[in-house]
Amino acid sequence: MIGEVEKKLLKEIANLDDIPAEGAFSLRADGEGVLLRSTKNVQITRKTDKPGINIHVAPGTVFESVHIPVVLTESGLTDVVYNDFYIGEDATVEIVAGCGIHNCGCDTTQHDGIHTFYVGKNANLTYVENHYGDGDGEGKRILNPQTIVYMEEGAKVTMDTSQIRGVDDTKRYTKCIVGKGGDLVITEKLLTHGDQHADSNMEVELNGEGASASITSRSVAQDESYQVFYPRLSGNCACFGHVTCDAIIMDKAKVRAIPELTANHVDAQLIHEAAIGKIAGEQILKLMTLGLTAEKAEQEILDGFLR
Amino acid sequence: MLELRNVQFTAGSANIVQDVSLTIPEGRFVVITGPNGGGKTTLAKLIMGLQQPTGGAIIWNGEDVTNMSITERAQRGISYGFQAPPRFKGIRVSDLLRLAAGKEKNLSIDQCCTYLTKVGLCARDYVNRDVDNSLSGGELKRIEIATILARGNGREHTLMIFDEPEAGIDLWSFAKLTDTFKALHATGTATIIIISHQERIIRLADEIVMVSGGKVSAQGSVEEIFPLILKDTVGVCTMAEKEGL
Repeated sequence: MIGEVEKKLLKEIANLDDIPAEGAFSLRADGEGVLLRSTKNVQITRKTDKPGINIHVAPGTVFESVHIPVVLTESGLTDVVYNDFYIGEDATVEIVAGCGIHNCGCDTTQHDGIHTFYVGKNANLTYVENHYGDGDGEGKRILNPQTIVYMEEGAKVTMDTSQIRGVDDTKRYTKCIVGKGGDLVITEKLLTHGDQHADSNMEVELNGEGASASITSRSVAQDESYQVFYPRLSGNCACFGHVTCDAIIMDKAKVRAIPELTANHVDAQLIHEAAIGKIAGEQILKLMTLGLTAEKAEQEILDGFLR
Repeated sequence: MLELRNVQFTAGSANIVQDVSLTIPEGRFVVITGPNGGGKTTLAKLIMGLQQPTGGAIIWNGEDVTNMSITERAQRGISYGFQAPPRFKGIRVSDLLRLAAGKEKNLSIDQCCTYLTKVGLCARDYVNRDVDNSLSGGELKRIEIATILARGNGREHTLMIFDEPEAGIDLWSFAKLTDTFKALHATGTATIIIISHQERIIRLADEIVMVSGGKVSAQGSVEEIFPLILKDTVGVCTMAEKEGL
């Protein structure tokens, strides 16, 4: 049903060898919805007013995994898609999204995924998003995801996003509004190389008493690439928030990390840590004493850092 | 067999290691001891290749390794447990053990257990932990020792150098560690060099090498050298001497 190039992209972004035989699933390829499959608890429907899908997860769903990959293989295509997710109260769901671009042409291929999540009371959402690009063409591979999350009382959201190699330009925007007792955990991993550019802009509002957020950025900038990480965390009540930015810089790359904390309440506890630096020489030496070459040692350190 | 032939290391105008010659036969357990700043760690780093000697030669198993890289020496069976091991964000205990054992695939819990129990750690509690700031100094040190044990496992002609393995380790784990060194020595497969100031470790050795001022100041059996150490270290406090303590 899908070609080898698409299969390779699926493997990279969703660790799938093929379209899974069961479970809620949506595949979008070259700007078109190719396949939709719902289950009893997860209803996926196509939007009628604009490109994209609506996903409704029934309240009380015990656990379901939903895959919604996007693949682009057509050079010169710009695909903008709007996906809205409604996670019912007390539901537990894992949503695996991701976009893979294979660009063999000379024109730019771009995907802008605009995702909005409405996470119900005490619901538990794990959102995994992998971005990947390949292809020999000179055309750029651009991904500009926007992720907006509204969390009701007691909701828990764990968001793991990853972009390792191949994406020439990315502008990420993430906004989360955390309600009373809500718990948000974001881990963002990024590796840029060549002359790639990555911009990650985050806004997190802790609005409900007892809300918490933990934001971790792990990034590696190689060659002449450039990264900007700009997380903004606001505590508007008695809450706890922690931002960690860790970046490894290599070659002639540049990294800016600008964590911003705003406490609008006397009981808001907000912390940020930011560290940018090259790989510590001692780490490479240690791994060399275990028999690794310097190059292999460096790769092991990077692989672990971005795991 | 390890041979150091007139090894020197100079940094600027400081002679850190001066004309050190030593021969350590295969399977021998040697403790290097001596005052702080005497050149013990530098000597160990020169053997591992972490620092390059400014003079002399290092021969391991009949091969001149003086100009070899750290990796080449490691591949020939030389290993070194750092005095202050580095921490890694994202690299797990199981990763370090896998790399140390020279394996491509992850080690099983049982395999990790083989090494970790020898340093008094429960594999199930540690294999998935990152080797980062979440570990205490003592835990990190014991994991470092476990990597050296993994490095030597199943290899012939290994040289294991441990730099102050007791530092930061609690009394209970230390007892376990001395048993491990004793058992390791009993196998006869490894040449062991331990830099230490601990009497219990010193007493395990076949031979003690005292290094001070960048030179070997004394060398011999425990019976020969230990009394010299006691003599050197008793009466340092002149007040105590005066008061007859």
